[in-house]
Amino acid sequence: MIRFENVSKVYKGDKKALDDINIDIKKGEFVFLVGSSGAGKSTFIKLLLKEEAPTTGSITINDMETTKISKRKIPKLRRSMGVVFQDFRLLPNKTVYENIAFAMEITGNKAKDIRRKVPTILSMVGLSDKAKSYPSELSGGEQQRVGIARAIINNPSLLIADEPTGNLDPTNSTDIMNLLKDINNRGTTVLVATHAKDQVDKMLQRVIALDKGKKVRDEQRGLYCCD
Amino acid sequence: MINSIFYNISEALKSLWRNRAMSVASVASVAASLFVLGIVLSIILNINNFALTAQRQFDNIQVFLVDDMKVEDVTSLKRKVENIEGVKAVEFESKDMAMRKFKVRWGEDAYLLEGIENPLQNSMIIELSSLKQADFVVAGIKDDPFIESISYYKDIIDKMLTISKVISTAGLAIILLLSTISLFIIANTIKIALYARKREINIMKYIGATNWFIRWPFVIEGVILGATGAIISLAAVFGLYSLVFSKLGIQTAAIIGAYLIPIQVIFSNMTVIFIAMGVGIGILGSLVSLRRYLNV
Repeated sequence: MIRFENVSKVYKGDKKALDDINIDIKKGEFVFLVGSSGAGKSTFIKLLLKEEAPTTGSITINDMETTKISKRKIPKLRRSMGVVFQDFRLLPNKTVYENIAFAMEITGNKAKDIRRKVPTILSMVGLSDKAKSYPSELSGGEQQRVGIARAIINNPSLLIADEPTGNLDPTNSTDIMNLLKDINNRGTTVLVATHAKDQVDKMLQRVIALDKGKKVRDEQRGLYCCD
Repeated sequence: MINSIFYNISEALKSLWRNRAMSVASVASVAASLFVLGIVLSIILNINNFALTAQRQFDNIQVFLVDDMKVEDVTSLKRKVENIEGVKAVEFESKDMAMRKFKVRWGEDAYLLEGIENPLQNSMIIELSSLKQADFVVAGIKDDPFIESISYYKDIIDKMLTISKVISTAGLAIILLLSTISLFIIANTIKIALYARKREINIMKYIGATNWFIRWPFVIEGVILGATGAIISLAAVFGLYSLVFSKLGIQTAAIIGAYLIPIQVIFSNMTVIFIAMGVGIGILGSLVSLRRYLNV
């Protein structure tokens, strides 16, 4: 599903964000990417989204070597993944329904399909009664559910969550993590970058730990930290 | 397909309305620069037209002679001129003959000319085989004692052509400058619109929108701005031109009015050029300001 081979990323100014990373994530896995700020989590995700290119090494997603594809194919690559952000990134002037429908409009879906699918996803994330609300009228947890709904509406094979619970309280965080796990149970590969120790320890999933750009640990049913 | 056209146009219109001050500024700048283009173009086309028509009509030299000339003097001068290379024919016209012609031309009003001393001059019309030889022919006769003055149109035509060239060059420079300014202002308008939608564009990029999906509304915005400016400027030039045309056409019909290009002829071309330019400036302005935002 995702393979990083000898991937290094050096930003201008000699800052080594990632140092010789080798990772193999199989289809259907649920993986935590942990590490303190500056450990390289953000760079890792930027490389996945092809927002940045690695300095050396190769990245393969869904049997496609993304380090080799042209810029014109980036949209197609991104449609195979859903992304959830720490700050939700919802459009403030669109309702919950419209925010989710937007993702389908962008990818050129028929209006009929949009009308059919958005309510299904809304009920799956438990927001059927909030369809006509605007993001500002929702709690953080609810906003993140909208973000997740938007990320999965186009049936991506990979869901990437970048600090999805960073702005949420523990109860909401647990709900969001459970929702992500639900999505994983339906077959979607899920990668969660986080430093929410409690959540990671509760879930007991595969944990990949980064520190100063190096992979320092990769274990199944792992904890946030070892000590 | 229909859906996305509606989406693009409605996004463009919303954005234009949201930044209406800048939209008005963009339209005004396009309209202003195309208005100047229109005036310059009208002048150039008319001068060229005048020069060309004049060239065809006045391929001759008119020579005015001193008043008291004997018949032999006239005959010898005529023979002398006829022998100059490039001269096709020479025709003498005495002041009396000229007066008679005048009276015929004035028709019913000719009685006004009765009783006044003939102010006209004896003259000779030299028909040239080509206007290019005018300088040479004039050089050959200008020192003759019987010749008082020489009027030949090559001078005027040359001057007209020079003026038209100067106006063309200056006009082109002004148009280039104004177009660049319009381009800059449109690019800025789009940039403000882009800035307001930066977050949206960012999200769109992450969801996997293609660059053209994001571009279309902004390109349409540019097209609307440019085309509106073009239409306004066309209306302004049209108004001004028909005003000038009607004023000159009536008051000085014989002299200038006849050489003015009719408004329909000028505008059939200008409409196409202006709308193409306005739309072109609009699209270019959009694409220029979009370039940076799409690299996510």
